[in-house]
Amino acid sequence: MLDDTGPRTLFDKIWDRHKVLERPDGQTLLYVDCHLVHDGSAPAFQRLAERNLAVRVPRRTFATPDHYVPTSSRDITTIDNPEHRFLVEQLAENTAREGVTMFGLGDPRQGIVHIVGPEEGLSQPGILLVCGDSHTSTHGALGALAFGIGSSEVTHVLATQTVWQRKPKSMRITVEGDLAPGVTGKDVILAIIATITAAGATGHVIEYAGSAIRGLSMEGRLTLCNMSIEAGGRAGMVAPDETTFDYLKGRPYAPSGQAWEQAVQRWRRLPTDPGAVFDTEVTLDAAAIEPMVTWGTSPQNAIPISAAIPDPANEPDLDRRQGMEKALAYMGLQPGTQMTDVTVDRVFIGSCTNGRIEDLRAAAAVARGRHVAPGVVAWVVPGSGLIKRQAEAEGLDRILVDAGFEWRQAGCSMCLGTNGDIVAPGQRCASTSNRNFQGRQGPGARTHLMSPAMAAATAVTGRLADFRTLAGAA
Amino acid sequence: MSTQFTGIDAVGLPVPGQNVDTDQIIPARYLSRPRELGLAECLFHDLRFNTDGSEKPDFVLNQLPFRDARVVVGEHNFACGSSRENAVWAFHDYGFRVAIAPSFGDIFRNNCFQNGMLPIILPRETVDDLLAQLQAHPGVHVQVDLPSQTVTFPDGSQHEFEIDAFRKHCLLNGVDEISFTLEQSAQIAAFENRYGRENME
Ligand code: SF4
Repeated sequence: MLDDTGPRTLFDKIWDRHKVLERPDGQTLLYVDCHLVHDGSAPAFQRLAERNLAVRVPRRTFATPDHYVPTSSRDITTIDNPEHRFLVEQLAENTAREGVTMFGLGDPRQGIVHIVGPEEGLSQPGILLVCGDSHTSTHGALGALAFGIGSSEVTHVLATQTVWQRKPKSMRITVEGDLAPGVTGKDVILAIIATITAAGATGHVIEYAGSAIRGLSMEGRLTLCNMSIEAGGRAGMVAPDETTFDYLKGRPYAPSGQAWEQAVQRWRRLPTDPGAVFDTEVTLDAAAIEPMVTWGTSPQNAIPISAAIPDPANEPDLDRRQGMEKALAYMGLQPGTQMTDVTVDRVFIGSCTNGRIEDLRAAAAVARGRHVAPGVVAWVVPGSGLIKRQAEAEGLDRILVDAGFEWRQAGCSMCLGTNGDIVAPGQRCASTSNRNFQGRQGPGARTHLMSPAMAAATAVTGRLADFRTLAGAA
Repeated sequence: MSTQFTGIDAVGLPVPGQNVDTDQIIPARYLSRPRELGLAECLFHDLRFNTDGSEKPDFVLNQLPFRDARVVVGEHNFACGSSRENAVWAFHDYGFRVAIAPSFGDIFRNNCFQNGMLPIILPRETVDDLLAQLQAHPGVHVQVDLPSQTVTFPDGSQHEFEIDAFRKHCLLNGVDEISFTLEQSAQIAAFENRYGRENME
């Protein structure tokens, strides 16, 4: 390509390859390889129809309902709220009319859109993928450039298969060294956000690099990239390697046969060239990362589980001090309290951050032979129907149910509660999701973010817990 | 269809605090509400109203001088988080046309441009100064002029802001991006041709 002048980053290579045209002011029209849509997209389709436009490339568009589906049943008629039901029905109608593939409620492939993309092999190295959802950054784990867009932009992509962007800056976050046993992708990303803050990567595309990142499984990388947006990042990505290829091979929409070999050859040229320059570089020591948990109402309020809640009085910046005080008041917590002394009412294991098979295995490993503490209601919500099926084939559901967890159907569920799965006001929830914002899991709900093993340990002890210290822990 | 925006002279609303997220701007349970019903009531809903529907008198938007605000002023990473365009719709339906902050959630900023709303980035100290003025004299006006790319603070000081020429053109003329892009269909088709071959699909 013409732009192939000096050493380029993974991000540069994908960006350059998707440029349709560039305006003098820097706005660039980019071609979209894969567009994922979910049940929040009704207004976007409505606007398309109002303008008498059709989906330009239906075969590049895939849909699944996730935000408004019930997790107690697969029957659309059990959705009591007419607005919610309308949205799920609209997705089916709109995609059928436009010839777009949908994995609907009765299809085992249905699930959270960011789980389904990688699982079906739709998310691939080197592609540009968009979706009307901020956690689209997830798909960058496969070496794609993937970012969230708004509803108007969804209409734009449906109509033109392109999106206008101004090239973001680049940031490389290098995590070198070995992660301690039991430290997961979730802990790594929470540690990163605690370090660079929730606004740290605003306007940047992040590339995660270093031996600790390369050592993560694909599931771990998906968790990591998922929360790039919580660091303010436009997107997050990991260079494709053998882990990526092993994960993708044989998936329904991945290339096969000779096309697979050719694709892998192309993908091997994607990683950042030696000498390529990033606008910002951040380095973390993997060995220093502990299992993390949040205490406040921003993902940047993450600390090791072994720590105590920080005291706002020690924060010199007035703005930040007031923010901390507000967060503590909302969370009903006192400075100096050990995190492991905080009791919970609810546990939620699921979401596009941690609703994959590896996450459910980690939770089941902790739950095996134990029981959910009295007074705690713990849910496990698989990220997709296929994950649910696999977990059942492995017997994970029985372990979890025997331990007193509720085993539910796939969907976004209690991550944001749009389907009605909410945490009651004032209740405290240990959650494997990605946002601990005020009211995120329901009005007045208090959220603590953590990994699946930690959430399971919290469920069985009734208080925020380090699963490594449970009696008899392996 | 995008609406036109050229400028405004209106009350400024101070929303202090970093990382104000779009879940605060419009709680998730209102995302399924049809736009036709209007989203003005949903704006900052849980910060603005008690559970019985009564107003929380402490919340800035409930204070008399700020009720007619049309320019919202926030701090770093304003409107971060979820991509919900409903956050912009809620501001817009209430009557807001301008948002000023040292930095925005990227998706919110893009969404503003799609709805005839202007997001302005100014240096942190400048925004702090503006917030202080709005808090010291509730109800004072902020003036924004898009053609000259200037904001005039209540104290009369003027500040220039940056905006992409394309975005500016779209706002000034109420042109919507889709119409513009559709005019480039030939270029998109040419790209698709070339691209299909390169990818050996
Ligand atoms: S699981 Fe949560 S964060 Fe992920 S797409 Fe669903 S609502 Fe959004």
